[in-house]
Amino acid sequence: MNATLAIAGKEIREGLRNRWIVATTLLLGLLALTLSFLGSAPTGSTGARALDVMVVSLSSLTIFLIPLIALLLSHDAVVGEAERGTLLLLLSYPVARWQVILGKFLGHLVILAIATIIGYGAAGLALSFLSGDGFSEGWAAFGRMIANSIGLGAAFLAIGYAVSALARERGVAAGIAIGIWLLFALVYDMVLLGVLVVDQGAVITPPVLNALLLLNPADVYRLLNLAGSEGAALATGMAGLASDSALPAPVLVSAMIGWIVFPLALASMLFSRRQL
Amino acid sequence: MADLTVSLRGVSRHFGRQIAVEDVSFSLEPGQTVALVGHNGAGKTTLMKLMLGLIRPSGGTLSVLGEDPGRGFGARREIGFLPENVAFNPSLTARELLGFYARLKGARSEVGPLLAQVGLEEAANRRVGTYSKGMRQRLGLAQALLGSPRLLLLDEPTTGLDPSLRLSFYETIRTLGSKGATVLLSSHALGELEQRADRVLIMHRGRLLADGTIGELRRLAELPVRMRLRVNGSWPALEAALPPGTEVTRSDGIVDLACPAPRKMEVIRHLASDGTAVKDMEITPPSLDELYAHFLRGGGE
Repeated sequence: MNATLAIAGKEIREGLRNRWIVATTLLLGLLALTLSFLGSAPTGSTGARALDVMVVSLSSLTIFLIPLIALLLSHDAVVGEAERGTLLLLLSYPVARWQVILGKFLGHLVILAIATIIGYGAAGLALSFLSGDGFSEGWAAFGRMIANSIGLGAAFLAIGYAVSALARERGVAAGIAIGIWLLFALVYDMVLLGVLVVDQGAVITPPVLNALLLLNPADVYRLLNLAGSEGAALATGMAGLASDSALPAPVLVSAMIGWIVFPLALASMLFSRRQL
Repeated sequence: MADLTVSLRGVSRHFGRQIAVEDVSFSLEPGQTVALVGHNGAGKTTLMKLMLGLIRPSGGTLSVLGEDPGRGFGARREIGFLPENVAFNPSLTARELLGFYARLKGARSEVGPLLAQVGLEEAANRRVGTYSKGMRQRLGLAQALLGSPRLLLLDEPTTGLDPSLRLSFYETIRTLGSKGATVLLSSHALGELEQRADRVLIMHRGRLLADGTIGELRRLAELPVRMRLRVNGSWPALEAALPPGTEVTRSDGIVDLACPAPRKMEVIRHLASDGTAVKDMEITPPSLDELYAHFLRGGGE
């Protein structure tokens, strides 16, 4: 455990030193503020609170941005160290390869969590001040959204390590990572939507649809946020979908945990097989 | 068996169809300093990776500090390794990096003293990205020495070190050796290994060509002993009566002799028999370079 924590600590220190943490925090904070101020104008009549609107607009932002940041951090973890020559030295120490993966995961997760909490949190604070809604209302949903975002990031970190442990070259790892990002953040939902329209409920019954949604961590994230906030569901006009959904929060949370644990286990396995 | 630090029996390692190491057997004892000599691609680095358990052998068995290195990583706690062209994360300082590695080995108290030992005390709080190659190499040495290792695997340890650091490096190796640590170092700089290695292993294309002390290898190789003489006018009479098998090249008062090693004393006695003909004499036994070249030519068969 000590080795794992040592590796995690080193990753965090590097994240601070090479400005990763500062850059992502600023990016998330600025985008969150911009989006919420632009997005708060047309809410007037739905009765949604400012923070609820923000939960909705931020989760749309998160679905694109957080997986991208997570994959940027993680796709390089194994193959990058191998190419720079630092991996050989690290593995000559008394550490197991799964400890390397887990240590890097914990370190990167802290980096991501700091950026998300500070970036989104600051934007949330600013908005609730300016809108005059006060602090108490909507904060539970907002907090859950931040926690869900960190969970989504964790899933894509884990996927990135598996890619990194598999790829022989950094360029290949980056290519696969971008492909995975496109698939889960964009293509999957578009294809699913298209199939639903064509299918007209013949093959894709609600249970099948639910299963298909669980197969994409980005959709799990979306549903988690809706399940967590009635106000937000109202604001998206998806209240119906959220209440109809046969997927209660525990199922969604387990799916997200699965999306973290399985890719991590896969990454450890691939890394153990990797030749140096 | 338990006394041996490292023992390899019939170890092979193939990467696809490429043979990196083929049927290598040797063992290393505590306190030995052993030079591993060979071209690039001769299998030196592969051997070290095998001993670290970073790759598994395709055939044969090996044991390091009483364990199979492929099974667990417990033995690595007592191994120090310096890879060829050691690299570090450039954004951290030497103190942070050494602290990190020390934590992995449970040797955090050694960070300060080791930084001082390799002469990086003043630069310790600078980013490693600003370091010269020599400084990185010194940091590499410092991390290899963490945790008082019983086995040191050093791949090209002295590249980039200036002469005074080289000396202090070999001094450190000697101290560790006298405490019972086994040191295996690979190098191209054969000359500087000559006085320092108890034993030499010569690798060529994955095979172990020769294994022994430098003296033993000299006997095996039967390379001639070379002498350089400064002579005066009465030399030709002496030359005519030299023992058989001695080769002579003359130029302008300087004579180069090459004689078989067993005849060395005979030749010297003969040279000294005529009081003044030889004014000065230098004797060079075959160097490690020559031995290496000899074994590579296939002389070791």
